[in-house]
Amino acid sequence: MNLSPLLAQWNYVLVIGLMMIGFYTVIARGNLIKKMVGLNIFQTSVFMLYISMGKIKGGTAPILTGDATTVYSNPLPHVLILTAIVVGVATTAVGYALIIRIRETYGTIEEDEIISAINAQDGHQDAS
Amino acid sequence: MLAHAPILQIIIPLLAAPLIVLLRQRDLAWIVAVAATALSFLFSARLFLQVAATGEPIIYEIGAWPAPIGIIYVIDSANALVMPLIAGIAFIVTLVGRGMIEAEVDARDHTLFFSAWMLTIAGMLGQVATNDAFNIFVFLEISSLSAYALVAMGAGRDARALPAAFNYLILGTIGATFYVIGIGLLYMLTGTLNIGDLAARLPEIGDTHTGFAALAFIALGLFLKIALFPLHFWLTPAYSFAPSAVSALMAATATKVSVYVLIRLLFGVFGLNFSGMDEVGTLLLWLGVAGAFAGTLAAIWETDLKRLFAQSSIAQLGYMAIGMGLMSSAGLAATFIHLVNHALMKGAIFLALGGLAMHVGRVTMSSIAGVGRQAPLTVAALLFGGLALIGVPLTAGFISKLYLIRAQLDQQLYVIALLTVISSVLALVYVWKIIEAAYMQDRPKDAVVIRETPAMWVGAWILVIATIYFGVQAESLVDAAFRAAETMLGDAQ
Repeated sequence: MNLSPLLAQWNYVLVIGLMMIGFYTVIARGNLIKKMVGLNIFQTSVFMLYISMGKIKGGTAPILTGDATTVYSNPLPHVLILTAIVVGVATTAVGYALIIRIRETYGTIEEDEIISAINAQDGHQDAS
Repeated sequence: MLAHAPILQIIIPLLAAPLIVLLRQRDLAWIVAVAATALSFLFSARLFLQVAATGEPIIYEIGAWPAPIGIIYVIDSANALVMPLIAGIAFIVTLVGRGMIEAEVDARDHTLFFSAWMLTIAGMLGQVATNDAFNIFVFLEISSLSAYALVAMGAGRDARALPAAFNYLILGTIGATFYVIGIGLLYMLTGTLNIGDLAARLPEIGDTHTGFAALAFIALGLFLKIALFPLHFWLTPAYSFAPSAVSALMAATATKVSVYVLIRLLFGVFGLNFSGMDEVGTLLLWLGVAGAFAGTLAAIWETDLKRLFAQSSIAQLGYMAIGMGLMSSAGLAATFIHLVNHALMKGAIFLALGGLAMHVGRVTMSSIAGVGRQAPLTVAALLFGGLALIGVPLTAGFISKLYLIRAQLDQQLYVIALLTVISSVLALVYVWKIIEAAYMQDRPKDAVVIRETPAMWVGAWILVIATIYFGVQAESLVDAAFRAAETMLGDAQ
């Protein structure tokens, strides 16, 4: 198997690796904090995807030099990702706020314990 | 002033959110919310009339920056149809929902509640109006983040709202992130985020793995957002544990906005000829059928009415997916018709449920036993909504099903048409269970006596009358839906 195309685009290989680590953590972990961490890693992989796509080999920061031969990196994906980082911070904040409330109510942040607490509550309500 | 209508309808609710926080007074908060949604509705209705009269799209350049540099808003036949629907329902729910909010949300949270409320409305309208693929993501997250907070506010009554909101947050964020990955791949291919430019450049690029991956990520991310079977598990808890007013707003509008965004991306950007679109169409078709059955069957076994109607939403979204999966202008028009009609009926149903919840608390088959005589108008609104869901003639639901089945028969998809009819008829079972509980049982002696107030039924009845109007006088809506579908398919060619 020829690995050279993969090695030439190593940034995308990293992005995909990070994406899968994050996605797996979100799905497989029962601890809500770990889920949020997984979600953050998943989102960060997308930031890397955008940031690395804007970089041009030998390109400089996009500040006009007056020289027509200067190669610039594309600033647009970087700007987009600034917005996405803000969104990610907001999501994390809302997520942790919810986790704090869940812990206050159920006394645990383990998903399976919360589900069994809810099921117990359901059974109680149906009986009453 | 009117020239700025495309942005004003979004910026007014958006600015109302911080204004409400600054006012810190709950009566003023409600007044500002009502005024902002009313203005938003007037501007969007005016845009709809303008587009319907001229047939030409309205192009609005934000900050007067033209297309490749700035973000533009394009109001065409498709989004001009969806925006007044969202703004109108938002206005009605805000107007009549105050009693429900006061009954269910802690008084000191009211200003913040209305602030998040305005943000979610602004976010939904923004997704529909914008012509920039990344801007859609930003508005999507504005509306979703505030929706997570709104769902969690149901915790005052039922603590299960908290895990429901958390699950909704995790799945909503995964969906939105998939969408951003897809948009990133499209940007790599085309160097643009403008929807019109994307649609023009994608066919020139032809078949590439990157394009195919972009389609897969965008479709999957938005399938999660429209709660397409089997990605629907976040929806039922979120809708059933949220405060009633939030359930009414979200059940009526949130998934409809995502359906619109999916249509815009699939048909307005990728187009029917893009490689992989056939597979996406087949998926939509069969997952739609599966969702129609899964949702309806789950609804039949539910005893909690908010859960029941949330399950039925999954079935109804299934019908919208079937319409999209047909990949024809008739199918797409059926999706648009059902999008409008379902928003009206589900808005009416959840408002009526909210009205009942003000008195009985948790609305279940046993807690509404015999309420038909104590709250006749509220229960009648619920009943009309239920009949429209089944698709009984003279209700808007019938028109939806008629055009959906007609579009299926055009393509000789007899099996799918038959399955659509069977799943619709099955909806009769859960509507009948409600009729039986509300009208045929006697109210237990020790149960709460309900004194019906107009706040319980006014909003629901406005939407029921709209449902009946579009069931009898369907031409205007059908015409608008066909224009919307043709605009969408025309964009990509």
